Amino acid sequence: MKYALFAGCVSRGGCPELYPATLKVCQKLGFFLDELHERGATCTGAGVLQEKNQFLGDVFNARTFAIAESIGLKIMTICSTCQGVMSQANKRLKENPEYLAKVNGYLADEGLEYKGTAQPRHLLWILIEDVGIEKLKTYVTQPLTNLRVAPFYGCYIIRPSDALEFKLHPEREDSLERVMEALGADVVDFPGKTRCCGFPILTINEKNSVSMVAKHTSEVKDLGADAMVTPCPLCHLNLDGYQPKAMQQSQQNINMPILHLPQLLGLAMGFDAKELGLSRHIISAKKVLSKVGIPA
Amino acid sequence: MQVNISIKRHNPSAPDNNTYWEDFDLSMHDTASVLDALIKIREDVDGSLSVRCSCRSAICGSCAMRVNGHAKLACNTKLSDVIDADGRVTVEPAGVMPVIKDLVVDQTLFWDKVKQISPWLQPDGPEPEGEYIAPNSAMMDLAGVMNCIMCGACVSDCTVLEIDKDFIGPAALAKAYRFVNDPRDDQTKSRLIELNEKTGIWDCTRCFECVEVCPKGVAPMERIMSLRESAMEQGLDQTVGARHADAFTDSVAHSGWLNELLLPLKTFGMFNLGAMMGLAPIGLRALLRGKMPSIFHRSVPNVHRIRRIVKKIEENE
Ligand code: SF4
Ligand code: SF4
Ligand code: FES
Repeated sequence: MKYALFAGCVSRGGCPELYPATLKVCQKLGFFLDELHERGATCTGAGVLQEKNQFLGDVFNARTFAIAESIGLKIMTICSTCQGVMSQANKRLKENPEYLAKVNGYLADEGLEYKGTAQPRHLLWILIEDVGIEKLKTYVTQPLTNLRVAPFYGCYIIRPSDALEFKLHPEREDSLERVMEALGADVVDFPGKTRCCGFPILTINEKNSVSMVAKHTSEVKDLGADAMVTPCPLCHLNLDGYQPKAMQQSQQNINMPILHLPQLLGLAMGFDAKELGLSRHIISAKKVLSKVGIPA
Repeated sequence: MQVNISIKRHNPSAPDNNTYWEDFDLSMHDTASVLDALIKIREDVDGSLSVRCSCRSAICGSCAMRVNGHAKLACNTKLSDVIDADGRVTVEPAGVMPVIKDLVVDQTLFWDKVKQISPWLQPDGPEPEGEYIAPNSAMMDLAGVMNCIMCGACVSDCTVLEIDKDFIGPAALAKAYRFVNDPRDDQTKSRLIELNEKTGIWDCTRCFECVEVCPKGVAPMERIMSLRESAMEQGLDQTVGARHADAFTDSVAHSGWLNELLLPLKTFGMFNLGAMMGLAPIGLRALLRGKMPSIFHRSVPNVHRIRRIVKKIEENE
């Protein structure tokens, strides 16, 4: 299987452990990856650029889609936010031919044209839609038996559900739980799994942002979770990076390890802690490792 | 169709243990709504069940509650769309607002927020002889917001209101958009100045919950984003949020990527030491764990093409 990987900014910036862990896991799955950032693809705008100038964001994303079309590959994302922003842009571009033509006008200088065939998909969805749960199980060499893990999706891979085509793909709605089960983990379900991590208002209203971190992490701790897993590096930044502050602000001892989805996959595939960058988290993942029997 | 409805009940006059889940097994018609089932329970099974409803046609906005954890109008939610394979569905009162009894919440908070944004036209100058005339095109855009039936579904599921009751919230901010963009209103700037304050437009996390749950397509979050744009256009660009959007756009427009190291500097300003120090603990911790080293001092390949696009869009749009 071949994909055009859109790694996004954060997987190589704020969460540099995500990018190598993704490459390891994809290699194991036999994916061939052509990396879009090597081909000059830009940031999606993350919804922030769109506040200022949605049109510019749509041009940037159409450009990335056109680059993927030009090499004949389907796009794989590894970030809920990248995924959502791309899906929203794609919807606007595809439902209005006039708008698409106007956007394409800005790509013509480079000889690019977006034809409307891109279907950007998160690795999470690809695992279910292309690999399949049964096949995924065959890659598991170190089942995560007894590891209690809580899912945390990230807003943009859940809402708005029409742009994410949940009607066409109902399996996307609980994709994370299905993948966790395939890896042998115990799913700790909780109502906060589809809520906001608070990251987008971190610099604007830190108190509220951190309250959200405290709420989610303490809730899963009370439910007996050993860790949380997320397909969104921005959620990771907040839930992991700001957990110390959340503990301070809420006066609780939480210490909930937060794993990136590829790290959880990697653990089940037998990679070691170092290969997955597990020592790079703010909240130590040591407890998780000892529970699955992998040396820290 | 056999259904099992699990209802979160609350009886304020019971001495203790007054919040509990109760299950009801019912036989319902295939086209029945959640509200039909609740009424059937109240009429035939347990007359003490409290539920608020009136129009039963998604017009009055009385029956917002959580179905399977998400806010919906009970009257326009078909049971067959929400039951699982075993015929089960859960029903709870709306969130954020305090429960009076069972599925009825106290909407005071909702109405207080709406009042807060002065939801009436404030034109300057003398009153016209007849009605105030507004161009059709301007009103068409507002029609989408005027569809709001004040049901509070968006308020129920707003992520920020859940933890901070001071936030103005989605319904009232959508209402504010309606007046900011009404050509007959002359308080545009002063409204935006107020909305630009803490608890206003910048406190929204852009989580899309309100867009997803609104039964009338009001899309409050998109109205909030549009208010942010209007505020920045009106020169209200010194809030942390506006500077964040500015810095982000600059970074992507200049290098194709997000320059994560520069972002806090630009957002808080070089000299806002307090805010910068606030970021320091995570910065230091991240540094220790080797999180910080960033590849983003270089630009994406062929960045001149990106800059060319940005320049053209700035010139044309
Ligand atoms: S998008 Fe903003 S207003 Fe809407 S629910 Fe989320 S935080 Fe609340
Ligand atoms: S915006 Fe939508 S969800 Fe919110 S009160 Fe109005 S109709 Fe209800
Ligand atoms: S009963 Fe009027 S909106 Fe549901």
